[in-house]
Parts: sequence; structure tokens; C-alpha cells
Amino acid sequence: MAELTGVIGIGQTKYAAKRDELSMPGLLREAAERALEDAELTWKDIDAVVIGKAPDMFEGVMMPELFLVDAIGGAYKPMLRVHTAGSVGGSTAIVAASLVQSGVHDRVLTVAFEKQSESNATWALSIALPFSVATVAGAGGYFAPLVRGYIRRSGAPEDTGIRVAVKDREHALKNPLAHLHLEDISFEKVANSPMLWDPIRYLETCPSSDGACAMIFANEKLADRSDKPVAWVHATEMKSEPTMFSGRDQVMPRAILDNAKSLYKKAGIQNPREEIDCAEIYVPFSWFEPMWMEGMLFAPTNEGWKMTYEGATKLGGDLPVNCSGGVLSSNPIGASGMIRFAEAALQVRGMAGEHQVEGAKKALGHAYGGGSQYFSTCIVCSEKP
Amino acid sequence: MSDEATEDLRVLRMPVELDYTYSAGRSASRFLRAIQEGKLLGQRCPVDGKVYFPTRGACPQHGMPIDGEPVELPDTGTLVTYSIVRVPSANIPLELPYVAVQVLLDGADTVMMHVLGECDLETVHMGMRVRAKWKPKEEWSTSVANILYFVPLDEPDAAYDSYKEHI
Repeated sequence: MAELTGVIGIGQTKYAAKRDELSMPGLLREAAERALEDAELTWKDIDAVVIGKAPDMFEGVMMPELFLVDAIGGAYKPMLRVHTAGSVGGSTAIVAASLVQSGVHDRVLTVAFEKQSESNATWALSIALPFSVATVAGAGGYFAPLVRGYIRRSGAPEDTGIRVAVKDREHALKNPLAHLHLEDISFEKVANSPMLWDPIRYLETCPSSDGACAMIFANEKLADRSDKPVAWVHATEMKSEPTMFSGRDQVMPRAILDNAKSLYKKAGIQNPREEIDCAEIYVPFSWFEPMWMEGMLFAPTNEGWKMTYEGATKLGGDLPVNCSGGVLSSNPIGASGMIRFAEAALQVRGMAGEHQVEGAKKALGHAYGGGSQYFSTCIVCSEKP
Repeated sequence: MSDEATEDLRVLRMPVELDYTYSAGRSASRFLRAIQEGKLLGQRCPVDGKVYFPTRGACPQHGMPIDGEPVELPDTGTLVTYSIVRVPSANIPLELPYVAVQVLLDGADTVMMHVLGECDLETVHMGMRVRAKWKPKEEWSTSVANILYFVPLDEPDAAYDSYKEHI
């Protein structure tokens, strides 16, 4: 039987286009120290460290975990590096949790980061291979044709994406750590922003951010000693599939549907929309909110857009999504998945500040990456299972 | 001492280069040599018979080697989905805006990514029938870039049901 595991500390940096007053190690240190402070622990209380980030080519520093080990207190301790593209923040947290669940360690610190100001992600994502012509121009170029496929099959109103973009930026105004604070955000402003990768507009796109996020997982015995509320891990799940095979559903990959079914089964959830109080979903381009509402089985096939349209996903709705402002408001790529998990945990700990969902007990964290092929998810709860 | 020298140095750009020789392997080499002759080669998965284009030696779904006879495909197909790109990228030498397309070649069961040319942006749509526009023969090499871009064909659109499983 797995050890019951809880989140006892969370630390996030301020997210911004350029944190150039900090080095890469300094950025991670800021998040890690804040997590220790939250958990009321010191470096010596940590048994092992797990670090994650997106492709090394983003910053051009190969295996950065080797030079970051001191900054995150990993010297003379077991350290692991995780990499699963954009979903990495989520899978890094899952690996850290599993080290406690399996009884290998009692208390594990995990950190995920990206320093996009020292990188060129669009360049790194647009490599020419001999078999194909480079046409994609960054992640937006890859995902825009899939968004078009979703609009075609679902018949969603064309302004669905605009509504998501406005909603997440309004949420971000309640989160002091968010990168984008667009005080004058409005439907018209998003609608009139330039098309970057038609049908994705500039203001329907995530920013490029610097930032890091850290979490501390502890076993039941140690977590019970915490003076602060604990977010208990009820379930975690990772599923993936190849980027390309004949008949692959690129819009709604089998990997996310399988992930959702398995996650809810592990967590004993029968009706996710009823039982889950709020969710942090990886939405780097606005249309992925309705798409992943279907992928995570909150809505029937082709009806995810209705949740956005009805306001269900707003703070105050029946399933608030991305109350932190989401990836649309802060995107330090490697950290973005962990921020989803950490924000879900903050909600059930009642520590989300101005963007707190009142009475939130059970929350979902979700991350995806690659060509919609890696999915990592978790269910955290204020009560033990 | 110049003024710049007294400013704090925060970021130093130091480009590095890495030259390497890429070995394509048996299956991809056959594909690339064929395209040098203007032929488009796909290959069937031995499990479900689906035609992969280009073939890369193994079926990603079944994990089986694809080593049967190649299937020669025509240079016509259907535009399955697309995006109009207005974002520059350092390693994409195309004038903005351009239309990035996923094309399902006739007889293939996987899509290829390319660009659509000689077409008004307003008229691009899913299901359009398209044909490859090739570079002059004397410029052909072992590269998919022998196809400059795809152009619209004067044919009725393909029915949505005929290509929807490829999005």
C-alpha cells in the first residue's frame, strides 16, 4: 500500500518577461526558499530533490540540473531530472510525490523552471528535419491547425476563445504573481488583437515568462505535524502517445481521455464536474480550455465550449478553471505544469488569496506537452482519502 | 572607456555551432533518394495496412518494422487543416503571412506538413484539393523541399468525412 502523501509547502517566483536581476540558479532558489518558508522547514529537512524543465535547447544549457544542484539544496542528496516537454512541471511533481508514496523518501522538494528571457523557444521549436519542411513557427503554429479542427467538429461559436482569454486575464488581476496584469482587458481588445496563427490571436496566446515553482511533498506522519493545511494527494496519472500515427485524433488524443478515466478511478470520482471544486488546466492558447474540458470529461464530446460560454469556468461558476490566470497569464514553460499542480494545492489549502475559490476541497491539476501527446494530472484534497 | 562599458552586463550573447553528419537510415534514405527523382514513397504498416508517408522504418502505433514494398503516391491530395502564420521565425525563410497546411496525399493515411502558395488567404479552407508545385528538376535534392509548396486544384472539395479522422 502506498504511503499517503501531502503537499506541505509551495513556493513561486514572481513571473515576468525578464527576471534579469536573477541568474538561473537564483530564480530556482527564490521558489525553493519560499516553499521551505511555507513548510516551516530548512534545507536539512529535505531528503531528495527532483527538478524539471522543458527542452534544454530553450536556454542552450545542456543538463542544467548539474550546475543547479547547489542552488536547490541537492548537494550530497539524491537528485532526479525529469523531462516530458510542456507537461514536465506536472510529471516532475508526480515523480517527487511517487518517491514519498513508495516510501523511498519521507520529504522531497521539487522545482520546475524556465528562463525564457535567456532563450528562444520559437527557434527551438521550429527545427528543420530532412523529412519535412519547417512551417510551424513555434507552438502556436503547431496547435492552430488543431484548434481549427476543434472548431470544425464542435461547431463552437468563433468567439469562444476570446471569452477564455478575457476570463483568464481577469483572474490574473487577482494573482499578484501573474506575469500579465492587463487592467483594461476586454472582449473588444482581444477580438481586435492581431491574428498570429489564424485562428489564434495575439491576446489568445500565452506570454513568454521567466519563473520557477517549487513544492514539498511529505509522508502522512510528517505532514500531520504541519501547522498549516495540507493538500493530500488522492491520485496522480501520466499517459502519453506517439506524436504521429495513422488515424491519430490530434484534437482529442486518446492519451488525455485515458488519463482522465484512470485518474478519476484512482481518486474514486464518479462525476468529475460535481465532485471537483476547481481546476488548473494547461491552456497556452485560449481554445484549449473547451478542448480540455472535454478531454478531462467535464463536458460531453463537442460541448466543452458551452462551459466557457455559460460562465461555468469563471471564478464564481460551478467549475472555476485557472483562477490563478493560468498559462495564458504566466508561461515559464517548464514550470507551467507544476504551477497548475501547486495552484490546485493552494486552493484546497485555502491559501490562494484573492483568487481563492470559497470552500474548495477537491481540485484538479493538469498539464500537457509535446504535440498534445504527454499528459500529467493530479487530484488534491483538503481531507485524507 | 566607452559609455557602454560602464553599464551592467546582464546578458551576453555567445552563439555556438555544432556541425554533424546526419545518417538517415535505410528506410528514410530510400524515401529521400526517391524524392530526389521526384517520386513520393509511402509504405504500408504490416498490421493494419495503413500507408505511412514518409515512411521512417517502423509503425509508431504498432511498433512493427515497415519493410514491405513501397507505395508510390501521386502529388495530389486534400488540405486537411491549416493556419495562416503571421509570426516570424529565424529558421523559416518564408515571407509573411504564409499558409501552413496539413496535406493528406491521395492514397496516404498520414498527413504531411507543408505550405500553400498561389492562393488568396480569404479562399483557403479545409477540404480543398491541392497539387504539389515542384522546384525546377535541376535543383532537386534529397529533401522534401523539392516541393516548393502546394497549389489549389480546380476540383470540388473533398467531403469532410473523407479526411476528418486525420485531424
